[in-house]
Amino acid sequence: MARKGRPASAPGLLARLDALARSAAPSVTTVAAMILAAAPVGLPSLLPAVSLAGVFFWSLFRPASMPAPAAFGIGLLQDLLGFAPLGIGVLTLLLVHAAALRLRRVLAKQSFLLVWLAYCGFAVLAVGLGYTLQALLGWQAPPTVPAIAQLGLTIGIYPPLAWLMARGHRAMQRAEALA
Amino acid sequence: MIRLSVPLRQALARLSVPVLIAAAFGTMLLGKADALFVERTRMALADLLAPLYSVAAEPIGAVRQAVGEARMLLDLRGEAARLREENDRLHRWQAAALALEAENALLRRQLSFVPDPAPQFRTARVVADAGGTYARAVLISTGPFLQVQKGQVALDERGLAGRVTEVGARSARILLVTDMNSRIPVVLEGSRARAIMVGTNGARPRLQHWPSGMQPQEGDRVVTSAESATFPAGLPVGVVRLGETGWPEVELFAQLDRLDLLRIFEFGLAGILPPEAVARPDPAARPRR
Repeated sequence: MARKGRPASAPGLLARLDALARSAAPSVTTVAAMILAAAPVGLPSLLPAVSLAGVFFWSLFRPASMPAPAAFGIGLLQDLLGFAPLGIGVLTLLLVHAAALRLRRVLAKQSFLLVWLAYCGFAVLAVGLGYTLQALLGWQAPPTVPAIAQLGLTIGIYPPLAWLMARGHRAMQRAEALA
Repeated sequence: MIRLSVPLRQALARLSVPVLIAAAFGTMLLGKADALFVERTRMALADLLAPLYSVAAEPIGAVRQAVGEARMLLDLRGEAARLREENDRLHRWQAAALALEAENALLRRQLSFVPDPAPQFRTARVVADAGGTYARAVLISTGPFLQVQKGQVALDERGLAGRVTEVGARSARILLVTDMNSRIPVVLEGSRARAIMVGTNGARPRLQHWPSGMQPQEGDRVVTSAESATFPAGLPVGVVRLGETGWPEVELFAQLDRLDLLRIFEFGLAGILPPEAVARPDPAARPRR
C-alpha cells in the first residue's frame, strides 16, 4: 500500500509505488495464503488447492500481475513447503498458467459458474498430472484416496477464495480507474 | 523502471512459458540428482518460516479450541456419563496397578534387576503440516535450547507419533507413523508376537509379517519392539482393530490429526536411519559456517 507523503513532493513516485503494489498484490497474497495453508489445522493438505486457485484466478483475470515467473516461484514454494518431490508443483502451475492464458479471451467474460466448471476441469488435470508425476518420480504408485480428497478440496475451496480474490480484483480496477 | 512496448512484452511473455517449463523439468532433475541440496533448501525455508508459524499457531490454536469447545458443549451430558464410567474403571485399574507395582518392586529386589535409565525428553510445538497430499509429516519448531537429532522418537501425550527425519537450525521434520514410508517394529503385548506396523497414509497403519499361527486379535495392545535398535521396547503404540477387509490394523493412541505438542525422546539408540540419510553428514553435527 502506498503511504501518504507530502502531496507536492513527487506524485509520480507515489503513483508508481501504488501501481507496483497493485501488480505485486496477487502473487504476494497467494504466497501468504499458501504459507497460512501449511499451518496445522487438521485438514488434508490445503496447500496445492490454494496455489492452484490463486494461479488460475489471477492468470485469468489479471495476467499482467501473474506472469509465468511468478507461477514458477509459487510452484517452487509449494514443492518446498509440502515436501513433495521437487518440480511437480512447478510444472503443474506453469501448465495451468499457460492454459488459463490461452483460454482467457473466452473464459474471462463468462459467469462465475462457468469459470468454476472450467476450473474443475483444470483441477482434474492438475491433480491427475500431480499423481502421475508423483508415481514417476517416487517410482511407486501413490494411494488414490488422498488424490481424490485433494481434488474435492481443490474444487470446493475455489468459490470462497474466488469471492475474496474477485473483491480484491474489483478494488484494484476501481483504483486503476481513478488513477 | 524499464518501459517495454506492448508487442515486445507479449513476445517475451510468450517465450518465458516454454523456457520456464524446461526449467521445471530441470528442477525435477535437480530434485532427483541432488537430494541433499534440496533437503537443505527445504530446511532453510522451514527455518525461515518457523518463527512465523509459531506466531500464527496462537490464533490458529484459538480457533481450533473454540470449535472443539462448541462441540464439547453440545454433548456435555453424554461426556459426563462416559467419564464417570471411565473413572470407575480407571480406579479399579489403579488399584491393580498399585498392587502390581508393589509386587514388581518386591520381585526386583530379589532379582537384582538393573532398571532402564529414565529417558530424557524435550517438548516441542508442532508448527506446520509438512506432509502434502502423499505424505504424513509435521514440522516442529526447535531452537538453540532444543536440539534434536535425526532418528529421535516423537510421542504425543498418549503414544508413539513418529520419528525425526530432517533437522534444520530452527525446525525439524517428523515423519508420522501413518506415512506410507513408515515401518515400525512392534510387539503384540498379549502374545509377545512380533510384527511390522506399516503406514498407509490412512488413519490406521496395518500390521504385517507376524509369526504364523499368531494372528493379531482385535483389542490386543501394540507396543514398540526393541528389535533393530531403533526404538526402546514397550512404547505404547495402539490397539489392534480388524479393518473392513479383515486385515489387522492399529488404532493409534496418538491423536495424529490434532498434534500440537510433541515429546522428543533421546534414547541413545543408533539404529536404522532412513535410507537416504545414511550417506549424508548430520546437519546438527556440522560446524556452522
